Parts: sequence; C-alpha cells; structure tokens
Amino acid sequence: MSQVSSTNDVAISLKGVTKIFGSDPQRALDMLRRGVSKTEVQAETGHVVGLDDVSLEIERGQIFVVMGLSGSGKSTLIRHVNRLIEPTAGEIIVGGDNVLEMDDAALRKFRQTRIAMVFQKFALMPHRSVIENVAYGLEIRGVRRDERLERAAKWIETVGLKGYEKTRPRQLSGGQQQRVGLARALAMDTDIVLMDEAFSALDPLIRSGMQEQLLELQQTLNKTILFITHDFDEALKIGNRIAVLKDGAVQQVAHPEEIVLRPANSHIEEFVRDVNKARAIHVSTIMERGEFEACELAVQAAARCEEVLPLFADHRWVGVTGESGEQIGRLSATQVIKALARYSAAPPAAPVVTEAA
Amino acid sequence: MFPEIFDTRPLRRAIDDGLNWVVANWGGHLEAAAYPLLMLLRGIEDFLVAVPWWLVILVLVGVAWVSSRRWQLPALVLGALLFLGVMDLWRDAMTTTALMVTATLTAVVVSIPVGVWMSRSTRVRGMVAPVLDLMQTLPSFVYLIPTVMVFGPGKIPALLATIVYAAPPLVRLTDLGLRNVDPAVMEATRAFGASPSQRLFGVQIPLALPTILAGVNQTTMMALSMVVIASMIGAGGLGYQVLQGIGRLEVSRGLFAGLGIVALAIIFDRVTQAFGRQLQSRVGVQEAAR
Repeated sequence: MSQVSSTNDVAISLKGVTKIFGSDPQRALDMLRRGVSKTEVQAETGHVVGLDDVSLEIERGQIFVVMGLSGSGKSTLIRHVNRLIEPTAGEIIVGGDNVLEMDDAALRKFRQTRIAMVFQKFALMPHRSVIENVAYGLEIRGVRRDERLERAAKWIETVGLKGYEKTRPRQLSGGQQQRVGLARALAMDTDIVLMDEAFSALDPLIRSGMQEQLLELQQTLNKTILFITHDFDEALKIGNRIAVLKDGAVQQVAHPEEIVLRPANSHIEEFVRDVNKARAIHVSTIMERGEFEACELAVQAAARCEEVLPLFADHRWVGVTGESGEQIGRLSATQVIKALARYSAAPPAAPVVTEAA
Repeated sequence: MFPEIFDTRPLRRAIDDGLNWVVANWGGHLEAAAYPLLMLLRGIEDFLVAVPWWLVILVLVGVAWVSSRRWQLPALVLGALLFLGVMDLWRDAMTTTALMVTATLTAVVVSIPVGVWMSRSTRVRGMVAPVLDLMQTLPSFVYLIPTVMVFGPGKIPALLATIVYAAPPLVRLTDLGLRNVDPAVMEATRAFGASPSQRLFGVQIPLALPTILAGVNQTTMMALSMVVIASMIGAGGLGYQVLQGIGRLEVSRGLFAGLGIVALAIIFDRVTQAFGRQLQSRVGVQEAAR
C-alpha cells in the first residue's frame, strides 16, 4: 500500500462537528462549551453527547479508518458526512461543497451522485433481486433501465457474484450479501464511499477475504473510502490513516504504524497491546540502512514485518529495496524480533526467561 | 345516587336539536354525497346477481387455485358455495357479498392513506389511534340511529356502519406494516438519495404489503360480522334471513343463514390469507412455503 501522499487534496473535511442527542441540544452544547464534562452534561440535562468537537481531514484516494469501540460515536460520525444525521454544530465540507448548506433537493442530488455507502447489516432490499439491488442507486439517479442493469451486471461480476443476478438477497450467505452491498455502492461510481462496519457482521475468514478484495479493488479505483470499524487489526490492515475515537472525541489521527509505535494515550495503548504488531510495523522503520552485499531475497521498504517473517525460514538476511528497486539496506530475523519485543506495550516487568540454547 | 352537579338536559337537547337541524338542512346534501357509494354497491350487487351461478363458482374456485396452488382450498370454496346454492341462499349471499366487497373497497381507499399518514408522525398516530378505538368499541347502534335519521333506512346507513366498524384494523395494520419495515433498509434508501415518494412506493409499501393484506383480511371478516345488524336497517341479504328466523322462531332458517355467513367468511378469509402467504414469499420476508 502506498504511503500517504502529502498533497493537500482534501476530499472530506469535518470542522468542530458536535452532535448532541436530545430535545434541547443547544442548552447542552452551551454547557459543553463552558467546559462542563460530558458525563455531567448527561446527568444534568439527559442529553447524550454523540460527537464532541470532531475535526478530521480526509485526503483524496485514501482509505481512512475511524476506529472505536461501540458507543464511541463512530457510526454517528460517518452519518454526518452524507448528512443522514444533522450535526448540532460544526462544518462539513465534501469535495469543496458545504453539505450543511444544501436544501433537500441538493442533498438528494449530492447523495445520488457524489457519495455511496455500505452498511453493517447489508440493508439490501429483500423484494428485489441481486441485480435490481445493485442497480438501485442508478435507478434513483434516473439512469435508463438497460444501462443501469448493464453496469450493475459488470459490478456483480467484479465482486465475484456472477450467476447470482436473479437471486434474492435472502438466499445468499452473509459474505455474498455484503458483496452485493459493496457492488451497489461501487456501481454508483462516486469518488467517495462510506463503509459503516461493512465487514463486522461477517465470519473471520470471510471478513479477511473481503478486506483483501477491497484493497485489491482500491488499487484500480483509487476512491476516497471512509471506513468505520471496531476491529483494530482490520484498521491496521486496510487503513492509510487511522483516527481513534472514544466517547465521541478524536484521540489520535495518524499513520497505522505510528499509532502502534507511539500510542497517544493509555486508551489506545490498550488496543495496541493485543494487536499483531508485525502487521503494523514497516520494514523501513527497523532495517539496517547502508550498503551491503546483495541478498538473495529482497523486499520493498514499504513492506510490513508480517510479510518478511516467513522469508527468514531459509535466509539469515533479507535485503530491502527502495522504490526504484536498488538495495538500500538489509534486515535480519533478530532485528525483527527485537523490534516486536521493544514495541510490546506490556513493560518487561518479568525478566525474559532465556532458555538454555 | 350521584348528586346532580349541573343540569345536563340542555346539553342533551342541544345535541338532539343539532342532529335534527342537520337532518333538515343537510340531509339532502349528505344523501347526495353518499350516492356514489350506493351506486357502487348496487353495481356490484346487480353484477353478482346477473352473473350465472356456475360462473361465480368457476371464478371463485379458480381464484382459490391461483392463490394456493393446491387442491384443498378450491375444494373447500366449492363446498361452501354449493352449500349456499343448495340451501337456497344464493341470492342473499350475493347481496351480502356485495355489501362486504363495497365496504372493504371503500375501507381500503380510505384506510391506507390514513395508515401511511399515521406511520409518518407519532403525533398523528396519537390523535388517530383513540378515534380508531372509539370506532371499534362504540356500540354500532349509537351511530346507526343518527345515520338512519340522516339517510333514511336502507343500504347507505348499513354500508356506512359497516365501514366504520370494519376500517380500523386496516388502518392499524397499514401503520404497523410501514413502521416495521427494516430501518436499515430505509436508511439505505435515504443514503442513495431517494425522494420520500420513491421510498414510500418503491420500498416501504412493497415490504409492508403482507401486513397490509392481513389488514384487508381483517376488514372483510369484520364487515361480515356486521351483516345481521346491517340487515336491521335494510341491507337485506343473509343477515335478513337470520333476523326473520329469530322473528318467526324458525330455528332452521336462522341456522342455515348463519352457516351461510360462516361459509362466506371461510371463502374470503382463506383466499385472502393464501394470497398473503404467496405475497410474503414473493416479497422475500419469508421463505417460500415449499
């Protein structure tokens, strides 16, 4: 996966977005602004703070993951981007347009043409066949019947469901249903795709297959994807950038590796502790730089430790190549193990038992 | 005795006078307003009577077959219809069917929009629900008498009373069906930019249709249960036979006419239910029953 480009090409920008659920959100907002804590606001007014002053910038062509536990406000957050939920305060800019200034017609047009969404519970229409479900967004947009069915058929094939066009969603497995959900969103051909816990309802094996399919598709599609998940491993696997959300507030926004290596607070440390660090740490961070004799095997500097580990079964050293393919350093199994041990969040209180070897 | 707090006689008199005034000044207009309903009822009745008996049987048995695709239901419908014919109740059964069909059609036209309206706002629901409760619990004679005063005895007050009694379940079930559509699916339609009418007619109503059809089924049953009362004010039909049976102490007449009403109820209940099941599997709410 490519590193985050530093161009300032922002697709989605949230500024100070705050959402308070309840009958008189303005009053709770005033309290919040005066510095009263969220728990106190809730105790006193009965209003729940869903999002607290969230500001995010999501660059074009990125997979941006918002990670948080249930109740952290991540599903509320994603629904603000296409205004399924109205914010209490703040600003939402998508592709240069202020979403909050749109009237009903403009908002519908915006949803029809600029932004698509995949849902946790698939949200397919049980009375329509797979192809009619995939074509739904285009139908709403007013695309001619033969054209929209043709485009839907193409996407059904892309997600690997060819032959199921006339099937009802209910007759499909969970993984297949979500492929339909994905095809329905991709058929819209929008620059932005919102994915709300899209793979959370799937079995682990199916989930990992879907993650890989998404990454594969993204290489050719290059869309801006806002992905919500409660699964830190998933976030590390697919995210170009990750924002961690807790109690409606952003805790840290960073590159996956940085979150693993330098968690901003104890809450994030807790996630990091159980995570597969070999997946998060990149070879470039821990390699020995310099000129060495050419190694038999070589990996890209952008590769993850996870990918290098099996190579050590037969080789002491693995070379590391830069973007143009020349060797810029090397890596040994010891270095990888040291790195993984060092970045373990658990402090080495108990002395590491060195077995007689 | 409960003490008299104030004299209620003026209030009663005002209501009675008010009704009399309405009868005197508006009777003609109201009768004219209800005329289309009467035309519909007469049309349906004349049609059913004019059609030869074997054709009616053929059509209803055919409908039963289409709705269930098994031999049991058509056989049951055939048996029920033959019973009506053999017992010399055919003509009355057609009159009663016409009343029931007209009441159901009118109830569908009125109730479904009200149900849609109710499903969209909790406030409207809060206002309409007590009215529905009143329509179902108020003894029908209470509103039968004023309607007879306004329209005169005959088919119109009978039809109106039947509609008032039979419409509420359809309103309620329309509301329930629309509210029970998976909120995730409704959210998805919003996320794709569907307009309110695209959402209502394209997704919400199709998915609520099985529940709405259950409401139609309830309405037909309620309409049938009103036929005896309706016949007291001139609706005729099987109900009138029951009344005569009671009046003349002819148990057999009342019994057979009563069984005739049951036969009609069975036909319409089973056929609409079979259609409902078929619809459910087509909508995909339930797996096909095969």
